Amino acid sequence: MPDSFHLDAVPIRLERCGKTFAGGARALEPLDLTIRGGETIVFLGPSGCGKTTTLRIIAGLENPDPGGRVLFGEEDVTALPIERRNVGMVFQSYALFPNMTVAENVAYGLKVRKIARADRARRVEEMLDLMHLGEFAGRRIDQLSGGQRQRVALARALVVRPRVLLLDEPLTALDAKLRDSLRLEIDRLLRGLGITAVYVTHDQGEAMALGDRIVVMAKGRVAQVGTPREIYYQPADGFVADFIGTMNRLGGMSRGGTLSIGAATLPWTGPDGAVELLVRPEDLALAGEADGHLAGTVAAAVFLGDRTRLVVEPADGPALTVDAAGRSELGRGDRVWLRVDPARLLAVP
Amino acid sequence: MQSLSNRRGWGFWLQLGFTLLVCALLTVPMVMSMLAGLTANYFVGLKSGLTLRWVEEVWRVYSGTILLSLRIAFACLACTLALGVPAAYALARRPGRIARLVEELLMMPVAIPGLATALALIVTYGGVGDLRSSWLFILIGHVLFTLPFMVRAVLAVMGSIDLTTLEEGAASLGAGFLRRFFTVVLPNCRSGILAGSLMVLTLSVGEFNLTWLLHTPLTKTLPVGLADSYASLRIEIGSAYTLVFFLMIVPSLILMQALAKRGRPSV
Repeated sequence: MPDSFHLDAVPIRLERCGKTFAGGARALEPLDLTIRGGETIVFLGPSGCGKTTTLRIIAGLENPDPGGRVLFGEEDVTALPIERRNVGMVFQSYALFPNMTVAENVAYGLKVRKIARADRARRVEEMLDLMHLGEFAGRRIDQLSGGQRQRVALARALVVRPRVLLLDEPLTALDAKLRDSLRLEIDRLLRGLGITAVYVTHDQGEAMALGDRIVVMAKGRVAQVGTPREIYYQPADGFVADFIGTMNRLGGMSRGGTLSIGAATLPWTGPDGAVELLVRPEDLALAGEADGHLAGTVAAAVFLGDRTRLVVEPADGPALTVDAAGRSELGRGDRVWLRVDPARLLAVP
Repeated sequence: MQSLSNRRGWGFWLQLGFTLLVCALLTVPMVMSMLAGLTANYFVGLKSGLTLRWVEEVWRVYSGTILLSLRIAFACLACTLALGVPAAYALARRPGRIARLVEELLMMPVAIPGLATALALIVTYGGVGDLRSSWLFILIGHVLFTLPFMVRAVLAVMGSIDLTTLEEGAASLGAGFLRRFFTVVLPNCRSGILAGSLMVLTLSVGEFNLTWLLHTPLTKTLPVGLADSYASLRIEIGSAYTLVFFLMIVPSLILMQALAKRGRPSV
């Protein structure tokens, strides 16, 4: 990637940014968050969780409730409308201008900034080449595929060298295969540019792959902020645990340094009493009758190629999802024993 | 070919005949009327020969009304563009109950009979300066009557594109309001603005109800002159006049159809 594409890494700080819509609906509880310069942060959550509202507040498309502040570096941009914040934004529906060609779309922001014609043409060409769009420069937007449109949208947002790049569910409108390849492309681009990026999605796979950190949101609140690994292995609460990947729940009883689950007793540190425990499917292992902790019956077996996902119904308690080897011959009705590693168990707070 | 005609039973020919009959019912009077305007003597019939004499006569007597109609139509277009496009934009960007109410109110001049609107205008503004005897008085009536058509046509296109997101896209690239309006909003509403413009021109040129009450002997428009000539002159002149009217209106009608066929802009 040429040096001219390396962009400044501006940190973003949100201070008590809440949003109450006219009519009193609270879309976002006051939020404090610092996004480091050059970091890619992903806002993840189900629809209506406030992630898009947060992005729009950063962009300047929405104002935070009085008292909230948005800072880019040391500059307070709260009062600035989006057109004066120098951000790049990629929209879910692309928002490309149908009345312009690909090259004109990409040149638009440069024209607004009154960049001289020759300089403008050079930068548009460089950007189109970077996004593998060179041959489409003269095409109209309606002559492009979804993936090409998304690349034009990225090119258009980046060519003006914005202070931050904001992406609002940029891959949602694409089919699964295209989504994967574009996700890799975006990842490569963001790392190469070194730009501060804020990415909104409801897709946990995208969030895990792209985010340096993930902000999991629910009902207008931040449920957890952390690296993908932290979010996956140390979910802050039951919501985060259920939202990211698959999580099993086990009921147990803690008493005097031991934990009893079903008939098994494991070493355990924690206050006495009933506990609800979370465990990932890959952390439950199939075992023999002698060394297994939990007995159950296979209720369903789904062959996924690299592994077979089993749904096991224990004698009591909710069904458990367990990953077995791809070549496993287990099927519906088979009796199995599961082994639990106490170090991998999470007690729900 | 053989098998095709075999499949066509008597029902097909009956339907075709009926369709042609209806078409004839509509077109024959128009053709007759146009022919009458080109016939030397209508009472003698076509054997009296064809002539452009009546068309020349119409131009001699009524060219003033034709030019005034054109002047009013284009002035009316300018006014509806200046008022209607921003109004449609404001309505499109504000989806609320008040906006819908305003939209309905804008349609009122179409629902109320032209005579009533004209009368109201005369009663209210007839005494203001020289307005009553000016062609501007007619223009006001025409703007009132055609504005809803412009607003509706533009609004329809604005509703079919995601205007808000397009504008947000432009704003994110640094464009202020005026630049967004002229480089993104207007170009993407072009088809609606064109359709609305042709509609306004056509309606204004043909408007009679309002105009009949608003005109003075010195501010006669084409349709008023037409009524005049039907009432008081030879049928050939009236018919020739109709011919001139057709020549002005039909091209814009055809253009309108062509635009409608191209339909919404593809996104």
